[in-house]
Amino acid sequence: MEDILNAIVLLSNFVIVPGLAYGAQLALGALGVTLIYAVLRFSNFAHGDLMAFGTMAVILVTWTFQSVGISAGPVPTALLALPFGILAAIGISLLFDRSVYKFYRTKKSPPVVFVIASVGVMFMLNGIVRFIIGPGDQNFSDGGRFLIKAREFKEMTGLNEGLAIKTSQGITIIVAFLVMIALFWFLQKSRTGKAMRAYSDNEDLALLSGINPDRVVLYTWIIAAALATIAGTLYGLDKSFKPFTYFQLLLPIFAAAIVGGIGNPLGAIAGGFVIAFSEVTVTYAYKKFLIYLGPEGWAPDGLVQLLSTDYKFAVSFVILVLVLLIRPTGIFKGKVI
Amino acid sequence: MKKVLMATAALSLMAGVAQADAVKVGIILGFTGPIESLTPDMAAGAELAMKEVSESGMFLDGSTIEPVRADSTCVDAAAATAAAERLITSDNVAAIMGADCSGVTTAIANNVGVPNGVVMISPSATSPALSDIEDNGFFFRTAPSDARQGDVLANVIKDKGYDNVAVTYTNNDYGKGFADAFQAAYEALGGSVAISAAHEDGKADYSAEVGALSAAGADLLVVLGYVDQGGLGIIRTSLDTGAFDTFALGDGMFGDSLIENIGDDLNGTFGTVPGSEGEGAAKLAEMLDGIADNASGPYTGESYDAAALIALAAQAAGSADRAAIQSKILDVANAPGEPIGPGELAKGLEILKNGGEIDYVGATNVELIGAGEAAGSYREYEVKDGAFETVTFR
Repeated sequence: MEDILNAIVLLSNFVIVPGLAYGAQLALGALGVTLIYAVLRFSNFAHGDLMAFGTMAVILVTWTFQSVGISAGPVPTALLALPFGILAAIGISLLFDRSVYKFYRTKKSPPVVFVIASVGVMFMLNGIVRFIIGPGDQNFSDGGRFLIKAREFKEMTGLNEGLAIKTSQGITIIVAFLVMIALFWFLQKSRTGKAMRAYSDNEDLALLSGINPDRVVLYTWIIAAALATIAGTLYGLDKSFKPFTYFQLLLPIFAAAIVGGIGNPLGAIAGGFVIAFSEVTVTYAYKKFLIYLGPEGWAPDGLVQLLSTDYKFAVSFVILVLVLLIRPTGIFKGKVI
Repeated sequence: MKKVLMATAALSLMAGVAQADAVKVGIILGFTGPIESLTPDMAAGAELAMKEVSESGMFLDGSTIEPVRADSTCVDAAAATAAAERLITSDNVAAIMGADCSGVTTAIANNVGVPNGVVMISPSATSPALSDIEDNGFFFRTAPSDARQGDVLANVIKDKGYDNVAVTYTNNDYGKGFADAFQAAYEALGGSVAISAAHEDGKADYSAEVGALSAAGADLLVVLGYVDQGGLGIIRTSLDTGAFDTFALGDGMFGDSLIENIGDDLNGTFGTVPGSEGEGAAKLAEMLDGIADNASGPYTGESYDAAALIALAAQAAGSADRAAIQSKILDVANAPGEPIGPGELAKGLEILKNGGEIDYVGATNVELIGAGEAAGSYREYEVKDGAFETVTFR
């Protein structure tokens, strides 16, 4: 019995807890991508760098708070700074919408033009972020680091294996859950949310029914920017903030959105967790886990690792290709790209 | 035509005159590129030795040494080769102090140095691969090979009673070479490496890497990475998840920032870093005070020693001929003979002039072994109460 518990704790510590936190971060990012795709009808390559920009604003405000002595006790100060970061991200998104995307929207350019324009925006945001905060690692987490420490868990339960849950992981899962509920309530129940869904479903029909397209576009950017900032801040708190890693996050985020079914918010969430868990489960070495579960005194010869951790990023690629080949609409029926 | 010939003759005459006065020695280091912050002090170390030799008045019947700098760029093999080519063919140097980074050093030695029969003494190239290049005996280094450090680290870990370890290394030539050398040495001592896995630098998240490393069931994690890069992330994640409590570190992981970032959890961690005890290093640091920005900076001692060896070998041979220098390097570097430290080059030159023998010790306890590379002395340290504490020298 104790062996089974040990095995479960071991797996939770190295696979389930990190997977849940990473999955929630990816899901929030993928929600932003999927919303833009559904309403504005293009794949926004600048989303990763929008996350970086929002997080940068959060970090700057956090530092200001820390220097004047405002803190949130055991939870990170960054949560207090989050609204300011969201405002900054909304500001820059609307600025780029007015200056770049609006031009193509009035010209009714094909989606691929938007995509390429968003690549340009991506590089500009990339440059702005590095210019302001620099290309290096930034540390902005404070408050208590752990909800449960591995050593304390061992002492408490008497098991061989420890379970560590970081405050940032707990906060990530709770915040992501609340944000998702709020988003679904907004899309299903509120007037603007319904207008957005109608606009996404059939643009001409929506316009005929008197829906104001400018308002729909405005709200889409506001929500996407808010989601990007929250996802970016949670990721930064849990791991670390470095502009380049946010740029690299673009691939798993897109993979999550497409696997789940792009344009479908529920799919984005499912896709986020699928990508996160496949990255962690495929590269985990199950030797110790099997030793606990197997008969007494038996040990597998190798590490029982499917893929070396070097291939972590390749996992999202492989899943992406498989999904596009076998089920191009994704798990939940999204739009076929 | 006649004028051109005359001009050429005049020029060659002038060049000939200059050569009789001063022996030129090339200093090829990465004055631009990734280690540009270290190279000015390294060059200052080498030039200090040359100045000391020139001012002694003992060198080759009153001759002097004239340093000629060139840029190795540290990373661009083509640019480094061109710069070395210039030193050898146009500046006509007698020997070269350099190059610095392992990649460009290999390129220069293979393409220019060895084919032209010019002695190269690198102060800082540590790749194990350089031990095996076809150098015809013309390539030396005052820095030890990482293979040697792998050996030392394996001994330290074995002495502490660990028989089964996990290894993670930064995914480049340094990390891979170091990890292979360590594994070979450790297994020869009877230890077993449960897993040896690379990590990429500059990632935000190392939980998958740490998960795989911990699953192998080892008691100790050997981290052969960089202190401000992936190595730090690996250690932090390992401590967070309770995967490992104790770490053995390679030289790239030595830095105060590690203790600042990790804190008390690091206590008990140990490792090795190149370093020698004794008066030599302290004496040189004193001599370089005011000349170099960081008088005891990395590889300044090795640079001083490399330049000193060239001068002493020329003196022992009695000529600044390229092949003559090569034949005497090992003689002056190793016993038997009178030990010579930094600041005592004049004494060494005098002994050699009178036909005596010397054993150049220098700032870094120079002892060239095997293929003409430093045996290397390493400092074994342990983290105690939030500070690095020297245990012993190996």
